[in-house]
Amino acid sequence: MMPTRVSVLLKRLQFGRRAVIAFPLVWLTLFFLLPFALVLKISLSEAAIAIPPYGPLLEYADQTLHIFLSLGNYLFLLSDSLYVAAYWGSVKTAFMATSICLLIGYPMAYAMARAPARWQLLLLLLVMLPSWTSFLIRVYAWMGILSNSGLINNLLIGIGLIDSPIRMMNTQFAVTIGIVYAYLPFMVLPLYAHLARLDNSLLEAAADLGSRKINTFVKVTLPLSMGGIVAGSMLVFIPAVGEFVIPELLGGPNTLMIGKVLWEEFFLNRDWPVASALAMVMLLLLLVPIVWFHRYQSRELE
Amino acid sequence: MGNIHKLSAAVVAISFAAAASAAHANEVRVFNWSDYIAPETLEKFTERTGIEVTYDVYDSNETLDAALLAGRSGYDVVVPSTHYFTRQISAGVYQPLNPELLPNLSNLNAELMANLEGIDAGGEYSVPYMWGTNGLGYNVDRVREILGDDAPVDSWALLFDPEITTALSDAGCGLSMLDSGDEMLSPAMAYLGLDPLSENIEDLEAGGELIAGVRNNMTYFHSSRYVADLANGDICVAAGYSGDIFQAAERAEEAGRDFSVGYSIPKEGAALWFDLMAVPADAPNTENAHAFINFILDPEIAAEITEYVRYANPNAAANEYLSEEILNDPAIYPETDTMQNLYVAIEKPQNVQRARTRIWNRVKSGR
Repeated sequence: MMPTRVSVLLKRLQFGRRAVIAFPLVWLTLFFLLPFALVLKISLSEAAIAIPPYGPLLEYADQTLHIFLSLGNYLFLLSDSLYVAAYWGSVKTAFMATSICLLIGYPMAYAMARAPARWQLLLLLLVMLPSWTSFLIRVYAWMGILSNSGLINNLLIGIGLIDSPIRMMNTQFAVTIGIVYAYLPFMVLPLYAHLARLDNSLLEAAADLGSRKINTFVKVTLPLSMGGIVAGSMLVFIPAVGEFVIPELLGGPNTLMIGKVLWEEFFLNRDWPVASALAMVMLLLLLVPIVWFHRYQSRELE
Repeated sequence: MGNIHKLSAAVVAISFAAAASAAHANEVRVFNWSDYIAPETLEKFTERTGIEVTYDVYDSNETLDAALLAGRSGYDVVVPSTHYFTRQISAGVYQPLNPELLPNLSNLNAELMANLEGIDAGGEYSVPYMWGTNGLGYNVDRVREILGDDAPVDSWALLFDPEITTALSDAGCGLSMLDSGDEMLSPAMAYLGLDPLSENIEDLEAGGELIAGVRNNMTYFHSSRYVADLANGDICVAAGYSGDIFQAAERAEEAGRDFSVGYSIPKEGAALWFDLMAVPADAPNTENAHAFINFILDPEIAAEITEYVRYANPNAAANEYLSEEILNDPAIYPETDTMQNLYVAIEKPQNVQRARTRIWNRVKSGR
């Protein structure tokens, strides 16, 4: 009798498992795979003056099925240095912003995790509260702070430190500040989560064995918070690469980022296929850090 | 025309899109530029015809173009600008208008309509809504103070001449250009004495080079930020849309600034544009769309809109209802010899369009 009962249980378990897996699967299919397939499809078609503004991939005529796959859009991206420069500009800006976020975010998260327990909730709230205001309004606020007749310049001129305003708006500097400001919470929160879980007895053990504070930090705290560093860096880097709004509002003529180039292909050149190819390449570029992140995470779980 | 209230327009468009999905028996769905109609106009239309209006707004031709090219926009009347129109006709976006339903067509200014022959011959698909120019907005007092009384405010030199722009920029007087190769390369070519509508890549390159030479004196390239900055005094010379610059001038006056903002149409030539009312091929309420267009062609209504938005209308019969102040303002209704130097941007072949965007990108980023 036992084997049948076990197999019934196993069957039920399997059904349950499937049901549990089905939900994220359906979600992924609907919101990731389908749009991905659509963009891939457009990226392989040819631009046309029509509704929609690209040609078909399949055509059935004279009892033959014609399949059109145009790789020209991808080759075109290689033919012009603009696209490579724009990808590079985005990656550079995102990397810079991520590094600064880490440099500012780590001490913040560390201080929060070491703070007395009754303070921690308040500190967490202070990190998150600004994001309750609209993202756009916060970026606009930076325009008011950085502009020639803005807060900083008026203050510096007011106390007589400078005569004419320092140009900060519409520069790479402003873009970096904007991205760092907007994404800092995404760096602080995972770091905090890791640091708060840190087992105090490990630090005590290190101290007992005569390790200095700096040595303990480098050899115990830092390696144990690596997961948080990686998670936070990915959460900042990935959206920063595709960022469009911040460079559009705070950036200047020198700011060349892929989000803007994509916008131009789509809206100015009205070339949906090339715009789609650009988006596909950007996705592939982002896939590298995502896969790396995933590997790191699964290794950590083991 | 320009885009000022990007954020609010987007919010309004979203909230209206929700309302628009609830179908109405006797209605017309209009998709127009933001801040581009008088406050009473829609109410009057409903009073006169009994047709309810669902009115949504956009802030750029690109937004409208993407909505139309994706298909099934659900709108009955849309108002694209001239340089987007021809391509949209070829893509099959619009249906021909029925002149029998538009008795007010006779009010249109025939001389002005001649400018539209290259866009939509005979007005088969469109009726102009308003028109305007792209010229120079400038801070009258600051520019005089820096360049003296004979500052060339009636010339593109104010924006393209290396010496003049350096003098302005060094004096802390910011300059800006529209962030659009379409809109800046043509004036650059006109300033060089070339055909502003040239499709010759060498001409375009020459225009690009001219702008590259003054690029470092530009504070930024942006198509709407200059409105607020001209009014605040952060920028003192800007290439811009006529109506946007009038708005900046008004704001500066309201805020009691110690300077005034002026608008000029440069003598080398400037862009003349029309926003055209058209009916999408898949419009659900074709007849009501015609009723709406005919209503806008009513002289009193056209005059009322012009008084409010300060863009000229193409309605000859409307002149008698306009105030002297607007009718005699050469910035809104330019004099005849200025009109002769204006050009209407036409649709460009894909390779020329791409070359323009590319040259523009290189000029802007210095690559």
